[in-house]
Amino acid sequence: MANILVFAEQRNATLKSYATEAVSEGRRLASAASGSLSACLIGDGLSALTEQVKNHGADEILLAEHGDFVNYVPGAYATALASAAQDSGAEVILLSSSAMGRELAALLAAKLDASLLSDIIATNWAGDHLEVTRPIYAGKAMLKVAARGKPVIVTLRPNVFAAEEAAGSGSVKSLAVTPTEADKRVRVVDTALKESTRPELTEASTIVSGGRGMGGPEHYPVIEALADTLGAAVGASRAAVDAGWRPHTDQVGQTGKTVSPNLYIACGISGAIQHLAGMSSSKVIVAVNSDPEAPIFKLADYGIVGDLFEVVPALDSAVKDLLA
Amino acid sequence: MKLVVCVKHVPDTEAKIVVGADSKAIDSADVKYVMNPYDEFAVEEALKIKEQVGEAEITVVSLGPEDAQSTIRTALAMGADAGVLLKADSADLADGYEIAKALAEEIRSLGADMVLTGKMAIDGYGHQVATMMGELLDMPVLPTAKRFELDGTTVTIKRDIEGGRETVQADLPCVITAEKGLNEPRYPALKGIMQAKRKPLEIKEVALGSGGIEILEMTYPPQKPAGRIVGEGPDAAAELVRLLRDEAQVI
Repeated sequence: MANILVFAEQRNATLKSYATEAVSEGRRLASAASGSLSACLIGDGLSALTEQVKNHGADEILLAEHGDFVNYVPGAYATALASAAQDSGAEVILLSSSAMGRELAALLAAKLDASLLSDIIATNWAGDHLEVTRPIYAGKAMLKVAARGKPVIVTLRPNVFAAEEAAGSGSVKSLAVTPTEADKRVRVVDTALKESTRPELTEASTIVSGGRGMGGPEHYPVIEALADTLGAAVGASRAAVDAGWRPHTDQVGQTGKTVSPNLYIACGISGAIQHLAGMSSSKVIVAVNSDPEAPIFKLADYGIVGDLFEVVPALDSAVKDLLA
Repeated sequence: MKLVVCVKHVPDTEAKIVVGADSKAIDSADVKYVMNPYDEFAVEEALKIKEQVGEAEITVVSLGPEDAQSTIRTALAMGADAGVLLKADSADLADGYEIAKALAEEIRSLGADMVLTGKMAIDGYGHQVATMMGELLDMPVLPTAKRFELDGTTVTIKRDIEGGRETVQADLPCVITAEKGLNEPRYPALKGIMQAKRKPLEIKEVALGSGGIEILEMTYPPQKPAGRIVGEGPDAAAELVRLLRDEAQVI
């Protein structure tokens, strides 16, 4: 029997998509070990989220609410999560590999004197301990690791684990946590969320990316149109970012974001090894490139050889016809 | 002001990774190693801070094999003042918490007003050592900085978060991790390279514990079956979209 604790990340009282994935994975691990699943929500005014967490299989919801928790405060959130870890007696603590999750996981590891396994893409029990797989060298190799220590902290890569509805008893328990002055040393003085109609790269189920073949920043509307038709995020290769055509936040690759959408459409991207490293775990890869010898075609499930400025608009109208 | 920059010696981003004979580490024989690109941003930012405040000493610390001296020398050639190699074999994929403890101990003995490093190392992708180090040193951590400002003893950074940007502040002493875009790292000038040879580089042996993890096996990612070229030019678009819907079922 092993109890599992999941940090269910929210911002602006909205649960992140990868938080439900983490809760679901926690449910699977807890059930396989005949243990119980606790989920920790940290913020303020989150009672509306408890039902959602419960419906993904949480047996217990540890609710840490405080006026100081409205916005993310790293130290204070870490203290709250450490208290949830203690309360739940969890052997495995799951978070997401997001900006917040990565930071909290590392703070928590140091607080609990525990090891942290980052950016995990597969988990399974091997007797009384967990074995996990993580991509290393940006996905050029995989490492299988046994988590011998207890507790162990694990961050899960977004978009890899399935979010599933599951019945949990979902009793809600409030954790009384008062942040100390030391917890508030890192002050978030401003949070500016972009008004974007497009999904965030690391959370998107479809990504349309443009590389050197785009020829310049003025041509990106071509792939943005396809992205909007598909409800997709827009990415870029390092070549396009280094040329100053796109912001670094859009970069997919070893020195950018690692993504695993259901569908990745690479337009005018030759497929340099450092780009492939960031997107090779996408479920279906499409390449559009004028060079039939481009390495991207070796990785792509489907390819079209041709001028992206002709092919991409044709794809856009074909998708529109399909959805009409 | 005392600045410590932590740098890691890692395979170049273009390196082909070959799994070693024991299936627990890579075969590093033909691999070119470089300074972790994110750590270059940290070194550059430390140099800029030194230019801003005037009086500052920059010590570069790396935990890694004997060869990691070349990465420390690169930082010295860029303009850092002194280097420390915490020599440990097989540090590449070692438990992050063990690495954080060893680095924190060294930094504690050096004394630091600010610790800078990259947001992550591109070999292990752990994203954890810097944050753990901050907690162990009892210093606040300002992660993934894309903009940095030091005003007296207050540090303000801007960082990207999912769907937006945060402005975060803390007082010295603190730990800062660098994101791409923070600055443009300088290339070492010939003069710097010559000077670097005479700068102090201390080597200390450290014994890393295994921590709570055990490496079982390193493998290659699963090979995907070969894809296919659906066709040429815009005429192939309709067929591709049909395949994405009916065969791949992703639309």
